[in-house]
Amino acid sequence: MKLKTTVTLCAVAFALAIANAAQAGTLEDVKKRGVLNCVVSTGIPGFAFPDKDGNWKGFDIDFCRATAAAVLGDPKKIKAVTATGKTRFTKLNSGEGDVLWRNTTLTFSRDVGVKLRFHGVNYYDGQGFMVPKKLGVKSAKDLGGASICIQTGTTTELNLADFFHSNGMKYEAVTIETNDEARQNYLAGRCDVYTTDASGLAATRSTFTDPENHVILPEIISKEPLGPATRHGDDQWSDIVTWVLNAIITAEELGITQANVRKMRRTSKNPEIMRMLGKEGNQGAELGLDKKWAYNIIRAVGNYGEIFERNIGKDTPIGLERGLNALWTNGGLQYSPPFR
Amino acid sequence: MTESSTPQDYVPGTHPDLPPPVRTTGPIGWARINLFSSPFNIVLTLVAVYVLMSIIPPVVEWALVKSVWTAENRVDCWAQMEVPEGAACWAFVKSRLQLFIYGFYPQAERWRVQLSFVLLIFAILPVLYDKLPGRRHWFWYVVAFPFIAGWLLVGGFGLTPVDTDQFGGIMLAVVIGVTGISFSLPIGILLALGRQSDMPVLRLLCVLFIEFIRGVPLIVLLFVASTMLNYFLPPGTSFALLMRVLIMVTIFSAAYIAEVVRGGLQGIPIGQHEAADALGLTYWKAHRLIILPQALKISIPGIVNTFIGLFKDTTLVLIIGMLDPLGIGRAALADAEWAGLAREVYLFVAIFFFICCFSMSRYSLYLERKLHTGH
Repeated sequence: MKLKTTVTLCAVAFALAIANAAQAGTLEDVKKRGVLNCVVSTGIPGFAFPDKDGNWKGFDIDFCRATAAAVLGDPKKIKAVTATGKTRFTKLNSGEGDVLWRNTTLTFSRDVGVKLRFHGVNYYDGQGFMVPKKLGVKSAKDLGGASICIQTGTTTELNLADFFHSNGMKYEAVTIETNDEARQNYLAGRCDVYTTDASGLAATRSTFTDPENHVILPEIISKEPLGPATRHGDDQWSDIVTWVLNAIITAEELGITQANVRKMRRTSKNPEIMRMLGKEGNQGAELGLDKKWAYNIIRAVGNYGEIFERNIGKDTPIGLERGLNALWTNGGLQYSPPFR
Repeated sequence: MTESSTPQDYVPGTHPDLPPPVRTTGPIGWARINLFSSPFNIVLTLVAVYVLMSIIPPVVEWALVKSVWTAENRVDCWAQMEVPEGAACWAFVKSRLQLFIYGFYPQAERWRVQLSFVLLIFAILPVLYDKLPGRRHWFWYVVAFPFIAGWLLVGGFGLTPVDTDQFGGIMLAVVIGVTGISFSLPIGILLALGRQSDMPVLRLLCVLFIEFIRGVPLIVLLFVASTMLNYFLPPGTSFALLMRVLIMVTIFSAAYIAEVVRGGLQGIPIGQHEAADALGLTYWKAHRLIILPQALKISIPGIVNTFIGLFKDTTLVLIIGMLDPLGIGRAALADAEWAGLAREVYLFVAIFFFICCFSMSRYSLYLERKLHTGH
């Protein structure tokens, strides 16, 4: 998820330095092409994966579909540009993708160094630990001397070293490449602990035959705000992506759902809803979009809560709690600036 | 010559043929000679039998006997087993078979992939079997095939265009493999000839090219193809990633083929060259009729070896975000309904590559035997 090496950054920065000025007018390009190219992952449970007919699905894909609904009026007009952790930024910067919805941690070096524009956070994640219940571990502070399965070349590796160092504990790293490998090693008992993003832990645990025998420890040792990104140098396009995300969050706050959006648009007297859904004012035109842009988004994918529950929520095999991703009014961090 | 003590009832020198001793023939004899010829070999045999017995039955049981072939999802699949996760769940691979074969190719257009595959078989047949009737007339079809298949798969000129980034799975591996193999052989031969040429500039260029490409790992070339090339091209020119990958794979394997063929060329005695010269043949005629047929014959194992390597290397495109069979498998595993069935997926992909590569190597053996005209 956070596969990132200095080498990649250098290569990207170098490539950018010699690149021609970033293309302006992504919006026109997308409209002319009639298809939105989203940079997505090559497969992360719950976030992006192909179904048996080859259609991409998942949490990130729904945000991509929302963007297509806003820009082109049709959520089906997307193309998934698959990228690995190493190639995602170049795919965006070279223009192969219009927007990156790919489970990407917003960091200083990516925002400034790779010259991306981040547009808020669609999922707050953080690194956690999973242990078998029979070990009787209650806190990550008890993990001194444990052997830990960890993915190589990710920020999780550095976070783990920092955490153990600052707590004066030792550990034995069992380095693995993929999530599946981690699963096999962990279940075979070759490591006592598996650490990665909490969402990944939950997703992995859901694939066990005995998920009830494994616990995710309460400590979250890093901040992993995942969000969409676009290229530098196209402010109009950046605004669109920012406000697509904001509209999805605001819709939940205002109680607009996929089911009631049509009725809301017809009958609501709330001025913010009327502005957002295009009954009043001309916010759509200011963005360069149709006045029903936000209406189209909610019609296509629903609000934030609906997207969350459909893809990774409690009733899905992934089974994540809202936690930090609840609305700010419910004690979470999801907060959108007002539509005014 | 020892004197026999038993009386002879036959004329000396006409002893009737006796069957060989029972203990040296048939399965028993074979086992005695090959498996139990000495105490050390007896121990080795017993150890080997024990190891095989403890590996093969559980694997067969896991993969075939107890495996589940129809299920809604992972939970359903495991529920059908005596022990959850105790056997292979092929239902997953089965339900994703279309994805494995066609990748993201639009469903309505998949007949084009099927047709290309049938055409591919007809293009390969005359190459593989020289006894095919009317083989000469097939030649132009074989040459035209890559272009026909390219048109079929990509579209345009009357067919609905399909973006090459919709390619995936086995189809992608075959496209990369077949393109790489069919273009790298002629290019490689030319490079090998260029390296042996008397013209210094041409020789230098070929040496530089071969040594540079051989000195760089394929994965680096693929990264260059995926990340750097777009920056060098003028803005607005989009040059499909697949095209860039095909070019990189082709020149990479051409460099290796060139070295293999050079080895073959050096194995041809100088007398052959002199004989060709003495006959007054031109450079091209000498090579076409005398040098290359012999050089290529001795290069066959090396060439096929390179092709097998190339075909397996197609999985490297996974790292730049293209979904070959392995990539499709990993992406499909991200489906939370099925996640956790990694063993089945990897085994399936391994079997696919094994079948392809093993048939290539068998064919190369057949070819060697057929062309073996030595004394």
